[in-house]
Amino acid sequence: MSTTNKEIGPPVIELGAMGWLRKNLFSNWYNSLLTIFGLYLLYILIPPLLNWIFLDANFVGSTRDDCTNEGACWIFIQQNIKLIFYGLYPTEELWRINFVYLILFISGVYLLIPNLKHKGWVGAFLLIIFPIICVIMLSGGLGLEAVETRLWGGLFLTLVIAGVGIVLSLPIGVMLALGRRSKLPVVSILCTIFIEIWRGVPLITVLFMASNMFPLFMPEGVNFDKLIRALIGVMFFSAAYLAEVVRGGLQAMPKGQYEASQAVGLTYWRMMALVILPQSLKMVIPAIIGSFIAIFKDTTLVLVIGLFDFLGIIQFVGTNPDWLGFSHEGYVFAAAVFWVFCYAMSWYSQRLEKKLDTGR
Amino acid sequence: METDRSKLGSFLFNRSVQGVFYQLITLGLVALGIYYIVTNTARNMLERGLASGFHFLGVESQFDIGMTLIEYSPTSTYFDSFIVGLLNTLLVAGIGILFATIIGFTIGIMRLSSNWLIAKIAEAYVEILRNIPLLLQIFFWYFAVLRALPKPKQSLELYDSFFLNNRGLFIPDTVFGEGSSIIFYLLWLTIIISIGIFIWAKRRQNRTGERFPAFYVSTALILGTFFISLAATGFPVSFEYPELKGFNFKGGVKLIPELVALTFALAMYTASFIAEVVRGGIMAVSKGQTEAAKSVGLKQNLILRLIIIPQALRVIVPPLTNQYLNLTKNSSLAAAIAYPDLVLVFAGTALMQTGQAIEIIGMVMGVYLFLSLFTSLIMNLFNRFMKVDGER
Amino acid sequence: MNTMRISFLGLVCSVLMVPAAFAGTLDTVKSQGFFNCGVSQGVPGFSNPDADGNWSGIDVDVCRAVSAAIFGDPDKVKYVPLTAKERFTALQAGEIDVLSRNTTWTLSRDAQIGLEFAGVNFYDGQGFMVRKDSGITSAMELDGASVCTNLGTTTELNMADFFRANGMAYEPVVFEKADEVVNAYDEGRCDTYTTDKSGLAAQRTKLADPEAHVVLPETISKEPLGPVVREGDGDWADVVRWSLNAMIEAEEFGLTQSNAKTECALTSNPVVARLCGKEGGTGAGLNLGESWSYDIVTMVGNYGDVYEKHVGENTPVGLARAGSPNASYKDGGVLYAPPAR
Repeated sequence: MSTTNKEIGPPVIELGAMGWLRKNLFSNWYNSLLTIFGLYLLYILIPPLLNWIFLDANFVGSTRDDCTNEGACWIFIQQNIKLIFYGLYPTEELWRINFVYLILFISGVYLLIPNLKHKGWVGAFLLIIFPIICVIMLSGGLGLEAVETRLWGGLFLTLVIAGVGIVLSLPIGVMLALGRRSKLPVVSILCTIFIEIWRGVPLITVLFMASNMFPLFMPEGVNFDKLIRALIGVMFFSAAYLAEVVRGGLQAMPKGQYEASQAVGLTYWRMMALVILPQSLKMVIPAIIGSFIAIFKDTTLVLVIGLFDFLGIIQFVGTNPDWLGFSHEGYVFAAAVFWVFCYAMSWYSQRLEKKLDTGR
Repeated sequence: METDRSKLGSFLFNRSVQGVFYQLITLGLVALGIYYIVTNTARNMLERGLASGFHFLGVESQFDIGMTLIEYSPTSTYFDSFIVGLLNTLLVAGIGILFATIIGFTIGIMRLSSNWLIAKIAEAYVEILRNIPLLLQIFFWYFAVLRALPKPKQSLELYDSFFLNNRGLFIPDTVFGEGSSIIFYLLWLTIIISIGIFIWAKRRQNRTGERFPAFYVSTALILGTFFISLAATGFPVSFEYPELKGFNFKGGVKLIPELVALTFALAMYTASFIAEVVRGGIMAVSKGQTEAAKSVGLKQNLILRLIIIPQALRVIVPPLTNQYLNLTKNSSLAAAIAYPDLVLVFAGTALMQTGQAIEIIGMVMGVYLFLSLFTSLIMNLFNRFMKVDGER
Repeated sequence: MNTMRISFLGLVCSVLMVPAAFAGTLDTVKSQGFFNCGVSQGVPGFSNPDADGNWSGIDVDVCRAVSAAIFGDPDKVKYVPLTAKERFTALQAGEIDVLSRNTTWTLSRDAQIGLEFAGVNFYDGQGFMVRKDSGITSAMELDGASVCTNLGTTTELNMADFFRANGMAYEPVVFEKADEVVNAYDEGRCDTYTTDKSGLAAQRTKLADPEAHVVLPETISKEPLGPVVREGDGDWADVVRWSLNAMIEAEEFGLTQSNAKTECALTSNPVVARLCGKEGGTGAGLNLGESWSYDIVTMVGNYGDVYEKHVGENTPVGLARAGSPNASYKDGGVLYAPPAR
């Protein structure tokens, strides 16, 4: 420690990395204690996890005997990858699913790149023509061999259920929300009852009803595919939740907006479509995406009614006698994939929220 | 003629008449739809020879349930099995809510910590747990963690009184001997007195502005009386320790692994949402409030207790109850891991044995619906109660 | 609200479009060219899918026999895997036409829940499986055990009866899917696994180390397993019932899959001739072609063929037939088919 410095700057502990550490981690005695505790927590969690997932893991091989290292046996996932991603869908028809993915990917990227023209057309294509393409490509028709839905499975089935649930539940949810706020008492009461019943019961009972009791409600001989019944259940369930989100947005609209639209002579539907809904939906976009994430996570429940979604098929391949005892790998892989999807949605929602936060 | 037509026209285009017209149509269609479903169902049930009605509730169930909070045997009725399932659902929901609240508040406050590392750890917790499906988390705890525990003979133990193995968690049971009832009476008495102290302290503070340390006084009163009465009656409380006998541990309280896994998963998952609710609630209290409190010389802990928490709670409570409700509904996922809840016992075994899907699913949905509507009712009352004067 | 209106309009329309009279199952099946057969989610030897989704087993062969009888082709069947919980509602709802999923024939199922049993294709009884190293040799030593089993089965009820009758305590652990039960037992959640003995033998092949487990000698119940159809459609029930009976009778009269062609050409036994479709006109009564039973035997096999192929001693399931109730009545079993005439 020399005292012959030419110039005395601020103490080193207030600057740069040291300063940051001091301010954010060691500002006083209990903060320091907390930091040490936090570091210890990370120390006992992260290294073993990293070792198991990467460093000690097995990546190459074709049978369980190739898993000689102590860590995870990713060969299990690798060997069953077709089942996990596509279920029992016939191998020679897999290009159809991939083709649908490709269209979705291209139009999705197009929509996400800022400042491109004709986005409206692409959006309309996605909402109107794309679903038709999906149905024909995936289930067959127009010369394509029919593939029964009981062969659908894996991540593909999860995406189908979540996708249909998300796309169809939004308009129904908006209608229910408008209905609940309607001035016509009958309409409003019926919508309220409808919403509250669906929101009040667990999805698992809804799915059970859709899979086992729905046929009882139909005339004899009228029967829908099991997947379609599950989709109807998921759709109404999430529509009821979305309805409440949208209603929140409608309630937050200043009364002046309604009065102004009526003053310029707009009819109810034009007022809603042109003035109220665009603004109120914008306000609740984060909550809407939150509901979408919930739908996506909830699709896992279909395994309870015997559909083999992503999680269901991972459990199923785990019971194969050749691969007994690898449930950890299966669950970790499933968790990682679900996490990526959900986190991507929530990240996009936050970004959108910032971007749209223009007005008020 | 013309005037008639215009009258008719104005009648037809009258808003309120149109409204009535639309409503009648809607009502008619809904009624038609319900009629359609009901008649179909009735016809189908008749044709397929399905039994109907609620007579089955009084019939002997003939099956056993792995975990029951009330007396139950195969000679009990189906209605008893309904109650058993319902109580098991409420049990897992109750414990889950307790832990979810504790973890959730801790994580939520951690996220606002000035300590960067702690805040990041809390954020990681929230972002990881709420973005992974609950069912997957339940499977993980049940199949991957609890199944990997040792067999009863190699149990993990703590102080020879807590045992953990793949058959569950075994903890000592408290046994109250003779004379212990007086302790309970005294406990209740002190609790009632404490409530009185709180009311009195609040009134006095409103009147004179003087603060009374009601919390410390009543805690001291309750705990003090409890321990003194324990000592005075000669400690009539003993513990029954679990012991390894035959296949498994006997004695003590047994928490089956299904219950442990389900509670764990529900609490951890819901806590990630509660943490966000808590964080939002605290952040909703404007910074000016804290600064103003500081400037009048309130100490840090008093600022938290008197300024921030009461205001934050008003924001927190409604979404918090929503989370509690979600947790309760999510407990129906018990069916996937063999925890004998309402869905597994009643909508599972009982439904299979009787085949009366409509009645049973109706009852199960009714229970959840009731819980949900009841909670909304309480919430509305709470909101009315918490409304600050002058607010709309 | 509008969507509700529209959906109800849709409902109204569908009322108008539904045909007033509902055709019998047999006619529907004939016109659509296939039928749906409810099977398990995988019980080796009874109904089990391979990696490509092709089903096999003795329960599957009942459906194949029905298909051969109707279409002269054993593969006009779509298999619908069902959990124990789903199976009856799926049948009642018309999602499947035959349920052939090791289902026990009981009074309450027959009488109360709209089912009709078409016969018995496997006589079974409930038993217990334990680990060899547990040292248990009798079910009477199971006091205090954790018992894994399937939800919504007769097994669950028999188990309760058994422990109650013998004054023993136990902890039931009930899973919805058979795979979960096996997995739970294998990983030590339970001391014993109980289901039909055939099921125990079949599921044992799925354990990590099948040799480390043993089935206890006691049989605690009667479990006649057989195909089930909806109540109230006699013609269809007849087709399923007699398809099964034809398999049993073919064995009794020595008509096997391998010798059927030559036997039928040479036979002078009128019973065999009827089974071969050469005389008797049995097909007309069932609304089937005259060669229906011949097709069953040549395409699927007789009962003995099917048994030995899927669950016999030379299969991984390894259930000896001799000395069991599943032997022909001539060999001391109870397998006995009414005459197909």
